[in-house]
Amino acid sequence: MIKKSNLNSSVLFIIFGLIALLIAALIGMIISFVYINPDLLKEVLPFNRLRPMHTTSAVAWIVLTATGGIYFYLKNIEKVEFFSNTLIKIHLILFLIMGITIYVCYFFGVLGGREYLEFLPVLIVPVLIGWVFFGINYFGSVWKKIKEGPVYYWMWGTGILFMIFHLTEAHFWAFTDIRSDYIKDLTIQWKSYGSFVGSWNMLVYGTAIFLMSKMKNDDGLARGKKVFFFYFLGLTNLMFGWAHHTYIVPAAPWIRYFAYVISMTEWIIFLNIVYIFIKNLGQTQRKYYNMTYRFLMASEFWVSANIVLALLMSIPSLNYYTHGTHITVAHSMGTTIGINTCILLASVSYIVKKLNPNNWEENLSVYYAFLVFNASLFVFWISLIVGGIYKAVWMSKGSDVTFGQLHNNSSTIFVIFILSGVFIFLSLSVIVYHLLKDLGSKIFYLDKD
Amino acid sequence: MKNSTWNFIVLSTLIGIFIAYSCYLYFGKGTSSSSAPHMSNLAIEGEQIWQNNNCTACHQLYGLGGYLGPDLTNVISNPQKGEIYARSFLNSGVKSMPKFDFTEQEKDALIAFFAHVDATGYYPNQYAEFSKDGWVKIKYK
Ligand code: HEC
Repeated sequence: MIKKSNLNSSVLFIIFGLIALLIAALIGMIISFVYINPDLLKEVLPFNRLRPMHTTSAVAWIVLTATGGIYFYLKNIEKVEFFSNTLIKIHLILFLIMGITIYVCYFFGVLGGREYLEFLPVLIVPVLIGWVFFGINYFGSVWKKIKEGPVYYWMWGTGILFMIFHLTEAHFWAFTDIRSDYIKDLTIQWKSYGSFVGSWNMLVYGTAIFLMSKMKNDDGLARGKKVFFFYFLGLTNLMFGWAHHTYIVPAAPWIRYFAYVISMTEWIIFLNIVYIFIKNLGQTQRKYYNMTYRFLMASEFWVSANIVLALLMSIPSLNYYTHGTHITVAHSMGTTIGINTCILLASVSYIVKKLNPNNWEENLSVYYAFLVFNASLFVFWISLIVGGIYKAVWMSKGSDVTFGQLHNNSSTIFVIFILSGVFIFLSLSVIVYHLLKDLGSKIFYLDKD
Repeated sequence: MKNSTWNFIVLSTLIGIFIAYSCYLYFGKGTSSSSAPHMSNLAIEGEQIWQNNNCTACHQLYGLGGYLGPDLTNVISNPQKGEIYARSFLNSGVKSMPKFDFTEQEKDALIAFFAHVDATGYYPNQYAEFSKDGWVKIKYK
C-alpha cells in the first residue's frame, strides 16, 4: 500500500526531469528560429548563451529521470534497503542547486565554452560529488545482489562508474600538458563525450530491460548468457568505440582503425534487433501498461533507425562526408529524443501507473500527442539528414559557394526542421503535462508499507 | 565455473584493457600532433577567450561544435581568407554572431589560437585517399 506521508525524492527527481525536458524542448524550438532569423534575441540572449541552456536541459532530463527511476525501482519494486535515504535527498538538492547555478551563469554569459559542457569547469566538482553519492548509495545497497543479479543491475552500476570517470576525463584539459597539445586535447575530448553518452545509455537501456522484464513478468529476459553478451558488447563500444568520431583528427592511424573494427561489432546488435523483431511479430503483450508499452515500441523503432545511421556513419569513407554536418545532429537527436526520451517516458508512465492504477493513459489527448510526437520527430530527423547531405556535398566540392550562401540555400530544409521542432515541443508538452499532473499529487507518500 | 564468475572475469579484463588504453592516449605519442606539438602561451590565451565566449556554439574546429557559422580549422591558411580576413570578423557582429568588443591584444590571442589549430592538420581533409575496405587515409601536415 502506498500512503501519503513523507516527501519522496525519487519522484521529485522525475518531476524535475520532466520540467527540464519541457525547457529543453522550448529553448530548442526558440533557437531553431535563429537559423532563419539571425537577429532573433541577438541583443538580449544571444545564441551562445541559449544553446547551452538547451543542451544542459536535455542532459538534465535524461540524467534526472533515469536516476529517479533507478531509485524508485530499487526501493519500491526490487525492495532494496537503501544504504542511506538521506544521501538520496542530498543528491537531489545538490543537483538542483547546481542546475540553477549553471542556468544563472548561462544567463549572464559566464561560460565554460567546451562543446556539450558549456558551463564553468569548476561547477563540475559538485556535480561529480552528486554522482559519487549516487554511486555510494547504489553499490552500498545492491552490492551483495549484483553478482547473481539481473543484467540491469550491472548496467546501472557501470553507467554510474563510467559517468563519474568520463565527466572527470572531459576536464583533463585543465592540465597544461594536455591543453597545450591540441590534437591530444581534441582526442580526449571526443573520447570523454562518446563515453559519457555511452554511460547514460547504460542507465537508460538498463531501465528499458528492467521495464520489459517486469511487463512480461519474465525475469529470464534480464539474465542468461545472451543478454550478458550484449551487455559486454555495449560496454566494449562504450570504452573503445568513441574514436569513430575522430577519423578526421590527425592522430595515429591505428587508434582510428581500432575504433573502426569495434564500431562494426554493432552490426551484431543490429542483427539481433531484427531477429527479435521478426520473432515477436504479431505478438502483443501490452494490455495493462498501455502507454509504457507504446513508448517502448517507439523506442525500438528509433533504435533500429539510428543504429543503421550510426553504422553507416562509422564507416570512415562515409564518415568523411557526414562528420561535422547535420547528419551528426540527426544521429544525436534521433538517439536522445527518439531512443532515450521514449524509454524514459515509458519509465515515467510505468511509475505513474504504479502510483495511480486508475490509468491516465486512456486519455485520448495523450495518445494523439504520442502519435504527433513520433511523426514530427521522423520529419525532423529526415530534414536534418537532408540538410547534412547538402553540407556534405558542399564540403566535398570545395566550390566557390560560401558558407553563408550554403546556409541561405538550405532555408527550405531549415523551415521544415523548425516546424517539426514546434510540433515536437507541442506534443511533448501535452504528454508531460499529464504526467506531471499525476505525479504532482504523488510527491507525498510513504515508500513502504 | 558459474556464469556470474565468468561475468566478473570478462568485466575485469575489459576494465584492465580500458585503463591501459586510456593511459596510452593520455601519455603516449600517438595522440600528439606531429606538426605542431605545443601551443604558445598566447595561443592558450586565445583558446581561453574562445571558451569564455562559447564560440563553439556556432563554430566548429575539426568538425566539432555548432552549425551556425563556418568551420574555422583552416581559416588562417585558406588562400581566400587568412589572418586579416579572420580578424575583421571578430568584432563585426555579422549575422547571428554576437557583437563582441575585443581589444587588439585579445584579437592577437584569438588569431594565434587559430594559427596553431591550423598548423595541426587539415579539415576538411581534401587530399584524403579512400580505399575499398571503407578506410580513409588522411593527409597529415
Ligand atoms: C551566434 C553564432 C556565432 C557565435 C557565438 C560566434 N560566431 Fe563567428 N560567425 C558566425 C556567423 C554566422 C559567421 C559568418 C558566416 C558568413 O560569412 O555568412 C561567423 C564568422 C566568423 C569568422 C569568419 C569565418 C569565415 O570563414 O568566414 C570568424 C573568424 C569568426 N566568426 C570567429 C568567431 C569567434 C572568435 C567567436 C567567439 C568569440 C565567434 N565567431 C562566435 C556566427 C557566430
